[in-house]
Amino acid sequence: MASMFTRVLSGRNTAVIMAGLGAGTLVSSYIMMTESGVSAGEKKKLYPPSADYPDLRKHNNCLASALTPAVYGQLRDKLTPNNWSLDQCIQTGVDNPGHPFIKTVGMVAGDEESYEVFAEIFNPVIKDRHNGYDPTTMKHPTDLDSSKITSGMFDENYVLSSRVRTGRSIRGLSLPPACTRAERREVERVVVQGLSGLKDDLAGKYYSLTEMTEQEQQQLIDDHFLFDKPVSPLLTCAGMARDWPDARGIWHNNEKTFLIWINEEDHTRVISMEKGGNMKRVFERFCRGLKEVERLIQERGWEFMWNERLGYILTCPSNLGTGLRAGVHVRLPLLSKDSRFNKILDNLRLQKRGTGGVDTAAVGDTFDISNLDRLGKSEVELVQCVIDGVNYLIDCEKKLEKSQDISIPPPKRKMEVLYTQVNGC
Amino acid sequence: MPFGNTHNNFKLNYKADDEYPDLTKHNNHMAKVLSKEMYGKLREKQTPTGFTLDDVIQTGVDNPGHPFIMTVGCVAGDEESYEVFKDLFDPIICDRHSGYKATDKHKTDLNFENLKGGDDLDPNYVLSSRVRTGRSIKGYALPPHNSRGERRAVEKLSVEALNSLDGEFKGKYYPLKSMTDAEQEQLIADHFLFDKPVSPLLLAAGMARDWPDARGIWHNENKTFLVWVNEEDHLRVIAMQKGGNMKEVFKRFCVGLQRIEEIFKKHNHGFMWNEHLGFVLTCPSNLGTGLRGGVHVKLPKLSTHAKFEEILTRLRLQKRGTGGVDTASVGGVFDISNADRIGSSEVDQVQCVVDGVKLMVEMEKKLEKGESIDSMIPAQK
Repeated sequence: MASMFTRVLSGRNTAVIMAGLGAGTLVSSYIMMTESGVSAGEKKKLYPPSADYPDLRKHNNCLASALTPAVYGQLRDKLTPNNWSLDQCIQTGVDNPGHPFIKTVGMVAGDEESYEVFAEIFNPVIKDRHNGYDPTTMKHPTDLDSSKITSGMFDENYVLSSRVRTGRSIRGLSLPPACTRAERREVERVVVQGLSGLKDDLAGKYYSLTEMTEQEQQQLIDDHFLFDKPVSPLLTCAGMARDWPDARGIWHNNEKTFLIWINEEDHTRVISMEKGGNMKRVFERFCRGLKEVERLIQERGWEFMWNERLGYILTCPSNLGTGLRAGVHVRLPLLSKDSRFNKILDNLRLQKRGTGGVDTAAVGDTFDISNLDRLGKSEVELVQCVIDGVNYLIDCEKKLEKSQDISIPPPKRKMEVLYTQVNGC
Repeated sequence: MPFGNTHNNFKLNYKADDEYPDLTKHNNHMAKVLSKEMYGKLREKQTPTGFTLDDVIQTGVDNPGHPFIMTVGCVAGDEESYEVFKDLFDPIICDRHSGYKATDKHKTDLNFENLKGGDDLDPNYVLSSRVRTGRSIKGYALPPHNSRGERRAVEKLSVEALNSLDGEFKGKYYPLKSMTDAEQEQLIADHFLFDKPVSPLLLAAGMARDWPDARGIWHNENKTFLVWVNEEDHLRVIAMQKGGNMKEVFKRFCVGLQRIEEIFKKHNHGFMWNEHLGFVLTCPSNLGTGLRGGVHVKLPKLSTHAKFEEILTRLRLQKRGTGGVDTASVGGVFDISNADRIGSSEVDQVQCVVDGVKLMVEMEKKLEKGESIDSMIPAQK
C-alpha cells in the first residue's frame, strides 16, 4: 500500500492528506520520514489531538471529569504568552489517576495566563472543585480586615494551637511548575528583599535551603517550620521539585509567629501561627503582615497576582480565591467518636485532618480542623466560619462530657456570592 | 519534555548566568563537564524535535548523585541530541566509557557464531544466563521527550513487528494497562514484569509520564525471549534461561534481534544507529552495544577474597546483587556482567563474560579445596 502512494504523492502535505483519510500511522510516517526524524512542527500534523488524547478511563480527578476530546482538541496547540501548554498543565492529572474516595484536582497552572488561555478546561474544574463557583459570571470577595472578627478566642483546654495560611504569587513570574531557574531566583530575591523591610514584631530572618547550617536546619525542624523536598507524586509530576533546593528557603520573624515559605508549591506560602486559642490575634497578624509585605514589594514595582473573578492566583486551582486555610489543633476525644462527627463538620463547612497536615491520620484525639472552602467567600468570612464552627465543636464536646445530647447544626450555605452583585440588580 | 521547545525560547529572556544551575554539591558526569561557558553556548540550541539543553540535564540537576557512585546525569530526547549537544555529550561519553574519543568508531558484531565456547559454564555454579540490550526506533522521540501519540505509535509498530515472529520466537504481547490480575501474577512469578520507575534518576527525566499508557511486555511461548516496550528505552530486548549455556542464549538473542530489525526496516523505521555511537539509546551509559550480558553465579569464597574487585576490574566485568542494579547479593550469589558498552562489539563483550566467569568458577573451586589462586589472577584486559 505504501509504495502505491509514494509513486503518486510525496512531501509534507501528503501526511496531512493521509492522516485526514484515516490512513494508519505506518503509511503516513513512511511518507513523512526524513533523515532526521519528525520535527516539532510536523509532529502536530502527524499526531492529531486524538492521537495524543490521554487515556483517562481509570482516572478519578476533576481534570478527567472535565477534559473531553473536544476540549483537548481545541486547547492542545495553544500556548500562554510564556509558552506554556495544556499538556504541561495536565501532566500531573494524567500521571496520578487518583483515588476512588479522594477526588484530586489533576491540573496546575504554569503562569497567571494559564487560567485565561485554558479557561475552557480550568473553568469546569474550578466549578467542580469549588461547589459550583462559575468564574464567567461570579466575582470573588477579598476582605483582609481582621477587626471584623468576633469571638476569636478559643477555650485553651481544648484548642492547642491556631494557624492561618495562604499563598501569594508574584505577578510577572511563572509559577513553580513552569518557572525557569532564573525566574525562581528572581522570586526569591523579590520576596526576601521585601521581607527585610518588616519591623517590630514582624522583623525576622531568611534561611536559604542551599546555605542553611546544620544547626539552623535542626532548629527549624524542632520549630516545625522546615519544609522538605516534595515527595508527593501529585507535586513531582507537575515539575515543582525541579532544581531542588535552588532558590528555596524559609523566612520567619524573631518571635516565630509569622513564617514564609519561598518557592515550595507556590511562590510564597504565608503562615501566621501560635500556641493556644487566640485565633483573632493570629488572623490580625496575618492580615497586617500580608498587607505590609504587599506594600514593600509594591515599592519596588512588583505586585501579587490577583483578579476579581478568581481572587489570588495560585498554582493549584484548589487554592484560588483566598488560598486560605485557617485551622486549629483541637482535642475532641468524645465528639470524634460520636457517629455524627463527620456530618457536623460537613454542615459547618469544616474538614478534619491529622496533626501532620493533609493526608495524615489523627494522633490520639487531637484533630486539625479547618475551613473547607477557598473561593467564593472572603478571608474574614472563612475565618469567622472556622471560629464559629470550632466553638460549636467545643460546645458539643463539653455537652458530651456532661452526658448531655448534642445536635447537628443546619448546613451552612455553600456559596455566599450573590448573583445580584454581578448582574447589577 | 515533549512540550519544552517553545518554552526554551522564553527562557532566553534571562541571562545565561541567571539560568545556570547550581552544581556545587553535585557529583555526576554532567556536573563535571557543564561549565557556565558551555551552558551559555548550548542553551539556545534545540534538536529538530525541540529537545533542549535544560531537558538533557534536568535529571542531573535534580539528582546531585552520591559521593561513591558516579551517575551520568543527562539523557537524550531523540537521535539528534547526541549531535546538537555534542560539546556536552562527547566529554561525558569519554569519561564514562574509559576514554572513548569523539573520533572513535564503534564495531557492531551480532554474529553469534563468532563467540567461542560459552556452552560449558558449570551449572552447579552458574544458575542462569541472560543478555539484554535496548533499541530505539528511528523517527520517534525517546522516552524523556515523546508525546503520548508518539509513544503509542512506537507500541503499535513494535507489537506488529513482534507478533509476526514465528518458530521459537512466537509469542504474545501484554499491555500494562489492560493486563488481567492472573497475567500480572504470572509475569511477576516469571520475573518478567517491570514496574513504573521509582528511581528519581528516571522520574526527573520524565520517563514515567502517562504511565502505564503504551507500555507493555512481549514474550515468546517458551519464556526465553522477552521485550519491554516503552520503559526506559523504546525497546529492551532480553534473552534468558536457567543454567550456564550462554552460547545458546546469545544465539537466540542475536537471531531474535535481527528478525525484529528486518521487520522494522521494512516499515522504514529501522533502529537508531551510527558508526560512532553504535546503537543510540536514552542514557549515554548504554551507547554502543547497549548490551549487558551476565550470569547469576555462586561465588561465596571468591567474593570474600581480598582481590575480588581487582579481578573483576581486570576481567572488565562488574558485579551487582541478584535484584539488579543497586541491589546487594544474596547468599554469595552475584550478578556478573560486562562493564563495557562502547568501543567493543557484542561478541567481544559476551566473550569477556564467558571467559571471565569460567575463570572465576575455577578460582572458586580452587578456594573450596583450600588452594591459592594467586597464579590465576589475570592481567588487565
